[in-house]
Amino acid sequence: MSDAQNSIDELVKNNDVVLFMKGTALFPQCGFSSRAVAILDRLGVSYETVDVLQDPEIRQGIKQYSDWPTVPQLYVKGEFVGGSDIMMEMFESGELQQLIGAKV
Amino acid sequence: MPMAASEIERLIKASIPDAEVTIRDLAGDGDHYAARVVSRSFEGMSRIRQHQAIYAALGGRVGGELHALQLETAVPQPEINQ
Repeated sequence: MSDAQNSIDELVKNNDVVLFMKGTALFPQCGFSSRAVAILDRLGVSYETVDVLQDPEIRQGIKQYSDWPTVPQLYVKGEFVGGSDIMMEMFESGELQQLIGAKV
Repeated sequence: MPMAASEIERLIKASIPDAEVTIRDLAGDGDHYAARVVSRSFEGMSRIRQHQAIYAALGGRVGGELHALQLETAVPQPEINQ
């Protein structure tokens, strides 16, 4: 694995809930990232965020890491959950609450 | 570089022939779309795989040429009112 893939892997494995996003939880820099943060805030769970705009290698590397072309990307307990559309669908159906509640 | 909605639909159908594709232009700028794709081929696939199938159909344009594509996928449901 490259350095970027290793750093991503560590972030994913060392944080129960981690969101790779554009900007920060307080100041998201994209509508999709903003939506993802809003969902996690509604769930009331603690989560880490990684601002991909701060690191070009992470920004590029995260697309390969899960073969997923866009940011945000949510990982729960080391597993890729999806982007903001999947998060929203899972939030509305109650699956996301279950997944995070059960795993954290 | 903006992309026409018809081109997005054409590419999805080229790789998922039975797909029913509905596209909305969210911002009117040819760069922010929402697509709903219904296909029998999604049966038994996780949501992640379903979205990946669409990203693959669009050949690497999502996240690059096409900035934003909001996706919703589904398997066709049998008619209930029969």
